[in-house]
Parts: sequence; C-alpha cells; structure tokens
Amino acid sequence: MIEVDHLSKYYGPVTAIRDLSFSVAQGEILGFLGPNGAGKTTTMRILTGFMPASSGRALVAGYDVFTQALEVRRRVGYLPENVPLYPEMTVSGYLHFVAEVKGIASRRERLHHVGSLMELCGVHEMQRRLIGNLSKGYRQRVGLAQALLNDPPVLILDEPTVGLDPRQIIDIRQTIKNLRQNHTVILSTHILPEVGMTCDRVVIINGGQVVAVDTPDNLTERTQPYRAVSLEVQGPEEAILAHLQGLPGILNVAKNGASPSGATLYTLSTTKERDMRAEIAQAVVQQGWQLLELRAVRLSLEEVFVQLVTEEGETHA
Amino acid sequence: MRSTYAVFKREVKAYFTLPIAYVMMGGLLLIVGLLYYLSFHWFLNMSFEAMRNPTMASDLDISSMVVGATISTIGVVSVFTLPLLTMRLWAEEKRAGTVELLLTFPLSDTSIVLGKFLAGLAVYMVFLLLSACYPLLAGLYAKLDPGPILAGYLGTLLLGATLFALGFLCSTWTENQIVACALAWAGFLFFWLIGHAAEFAGGDFGKILTQLSFAKHHENFAKGIIETQDVAYFVLATVFCLFLTLRSIESTRWRG
Repeated sequence: MIEVDHLSKYYGPVTAIRDLSFSVAQGEILGFLGPNGAGKTTTMRILTGFMPASSGRALVAGYDVFTQALEVRRRVGYLPENVPLYPEMTVSGYLHFVAEVKGIASRRERLHHVGSLMELCGVHEMQRRLIGNLSKGYRQRVGLAQALLNDPPVLILDEPTVGLDPRQIIDIRQTIKNLRQNHTVILSTHILPEVGMTCDRVVIINGGQVVAVDTPDNLTERTQPYRAVSLEVQGPEEAILAHLQGLPGILNVAKNGASPSGATLYTLSTTKERDMRAEIAQAVVQQGWQLLELRAVRLSLEEVFVQLVTEEGETHA
Repeated sequence: MRSTYAVFKREVKAYFTLPIAYVMMGGLLLIVGLLYYLSFHWFLNMSFEAMRNPTMASDLDISSMVVGATISTIGVVSVFTLPLLTMRLWAEEKRAGTVELLLTFPLSDTSIVLGKFLAGLAVYMVFLLLSACYPLLAGLYAKLDPGPILAGYLGTLLLGATLFALGFLCSTWTENQIVACALAWAGFLFFWLIGHAAEFAGGDFGKILTQLSFAKHHENFAKGIIETQDVAYFVLATVFCLFLTLRSIESTRWRG
C-alpha cells in the first residue's frame, strides 16, 4: 500500500533523511519510531504530498507522491504533529469545511459523515465551541476526526496520543486498532509501549536512516544478547548463588533484592542457544530450596530502542 | 471548482468572524465619508459663488467634482488600507502551521490561491457597495449620470484586484503578518507614486514609468473613461501577481 524507495531529503546542507526504504502492506499498522530530529515528520510530510523529496520515490496506494500528488492526497488522512486547526472556527464548522474540501459533495452526506465522526472521536458535545477554546486533548481529537473524514484508505498520524489523558489514550488506541481492517496506518509516537500494543510492525529510524524494521516481538528477541530469567527462591543465599553459578550455560547470576514474601530474587543471564528454565527449576528443587517464581525476562521495547539508536550513533561517531 | 468555493467560503467567514472585515469597512467608510463631506461642502460654496457670478456656473459639475473625486479618494484610501486585509492571507496560515493541512488536502494550489484571492476581493466588493451610499446621497440633490460612476467603480474594483494580488504575493514571503503588511504597503505606494518619477525621468523612460503607475490608470476610470489599455493593465497585473503567488507557494513546499 505504501512503498518508500531510497528516499532522501535535504534542507540546504542539512540532511533530514537519507536513502530511506520500507514498505507497508494493506491493512497494516506501522509504528514509526526514532529520537527527536530523526526524520519522522519529514518522511510523513513527503508521504502526504506536503513536500517533495530531494531524491528517491514513494508510492501511496499505487500513486507517486510527487507526480500524482492530488491522487495521493485524496487517499491519505493526515494528522500533523501540532494539530494545526483554525482557531476562529467551530468544531462542526471546521469539519464541514474539511468534508467539502475532501470532495463530499452533497450537504446531507456531509452532515452524516461529520456527525458520525464527531461521535466516534468524542467531540460531539463540543461541536459548537470555537477550536481556539478547546483543550489540547479535544483539539487532538478534532484533528483525528478531520484525518478520518471521507474514509481515506491510508492514515498518517504524527504522534496521535500526545496531550491526551490516559483514558482518552486508551480510547484513541482502540479506535486506531479498529481501523485496521480496511485502513493502512503509519503512526509515529514517543510512547514505546504504545507501539507494542497497537502496531503490527515497527520501523526505527535514526539520523535519517532505517536502523530496524520488524515486528515488536522479533525486535525484542533479536536485540537481546542473552536470555534472562528472573527467579524467586527461599533458602540460603550464598549456597544458591554458588550452585546456580556452577550450572553449565549460566553466564551470570546476580542477587536482585528481596521479595515482599521474604524470599530472595535473583536475575540469571543464560546462553542464547537454548531455553534453560526447566534445568534451573530442577536444580533448585533438587537442592530442597523452595522455588516461588521463575519467569523469562524480555527486553522492553524501550531498551531495544535505546540500544539500536545508541549503537547506530556509535558507529557513526 | 467546488474546492475553490470551499476555500472561498471559509476565508470570507474568517474575515467576518475575526472581525477584520468590520473594522476595515468601518474605518474606510468613515475616512471616505469625511473626505466626501469635505468635497461636497466645497462644491456647495462654489455653487453659492456661482449664483453671484453666473459665468462660473457652467463649469460646475457635481458628477466629476464630487462623485468623481470621491471615487479617486476610495482608490487612494484603498492603497493605504488593503494591506491590512491581505497580510493574513498566507502569513497567518504559515505562522499557525495550518498550511501543512491545507496543502495536504486534495486541493490544487490554484484552487487555494483563487479561493483566497476571490474571498478578499469579495470583502472589498462589499465595501465598494456600501461606499456607493455617497454617490447615491449626492443623487438625491442633483441629477447624476450613472455611466461615469459605474466606470469609476469598475476601475476601483480592478485596482482593488491588483492590490489584493500584490498583497497576497507579499504575504507568501513571510510568516509574520506585520512584515507582510509593510511589504504590501511598500509595493502599493511604489506603484502608486511611480508616475511622479516620470516627471523627472522624462522621455521614453518617463512614459514607461507613467504606464506602470496604478494612479495613472485609475485616474481615467475616475473621470468616467473606460480605456482598453487601463483594463488590460489591471487585469494583466493581477494575473501576473497571482502567478507569482502560485510559484511562491510552490517554493514554500520545496523548502518545507
């Protein structure tokens, strides 16, 4: 649905993105991650037909974003980062304007579309208010509503949950998830757990280049240099440490404080080749110690992100 | 066509809700009204003089001395006040960031520019219609020939279109409305006053300068004369400025 092919953009001497390539399949939700200034917004602006790229090509719904910009814009709903809306218009007045601009011809159809979207995005009770008087959260929702108007097959959302309260964030995430069936979505965010919750695939960019493209699960798996296991055992600490250290395949054992129940917590790093949870459990139980908990620990997406982004930074430096 | 209309409607509404239009029209009508009163008063004094000195009476003509003069006045006052209407057209969108959404809606640049330009011009036409109350007032006391008045208004509308297009162009160069306003003022005054430079330049160069002047072309209309060259001047200047505006917006896109 979206093909980005060796895209570069320079602002004078400054390189915003360099040789960026990725693709998004129909019906997929793609998370777009990267530190500030990585080129996320630039990429999104090129995909929405707001600005042309310096070199490379991008196709959205089969149309070239540069040579067939109007066709692309007809099929893309865009929510920019700062949600720029006209402050002197009312919510419903603004949405009617957008509906008209997006080519919903008949007045009755416009009323229907705008009404149902105001309901969906939770701005129905605010429809007569001036946009300038709305809180950030409501403006964000009006922004989302205008992006969804005329049901575009592709949605490009730049940080859609910024400025919302937790309750609203959950609502918006659910709304985005529900769009999955017949929409292709690219969403950028700083909130990493959000990506794990909503996205099918993640593109991490840094310094204008792609550093990783994968599903959130594969990313955490791939980046982890070893497997980690967390253990809660009741028994003599010194003996336990020594015994676990002696097992083949264990790289490191560290005490990790006490649990509320009075037992001790340990963190083990084990070889990446095989899952050692069963062996560890057996070893502990055979010694007559009480095993209270044992679970595999995964790197969080935050850790993956920081690792990928700093690695990249180091190789560049 | 429909999208041009949507942009047009939004802009006109913005002019009236932001209340720029009301303030502008109020101010303009007040200034024009004052100057109209002064010229009417002067004409009355002249008429009293004429009663004692009948040879003067044949020179008195309310159409040119009061109505024509007022139409010239509207032209001059427009030069000073229209930048206040044009400065927001693009600078405000840039400052507020709304240009990002506007340029990603399925609208061609041409329909955005035309919509905005026509909206400004529509507001100006409302002002012109309201200002027609002055000639109508004069019409209560004297028999007026509608031809020259209509010609004068046509010329003023054409002048307004040119000023709007030039002001719009200035507005695309900056995101600061005050800068846009100052640029437009400089541009308007330059082309208004350039005719005066002709007196010093003389010769063929002087003729070219005269032909470039807004004032010179507007003058004929105010006298009630519609000349093809004057119409062509304003129409071409408007189209040229709108063309440059389009190019300027395109360049904004590239620079992001």
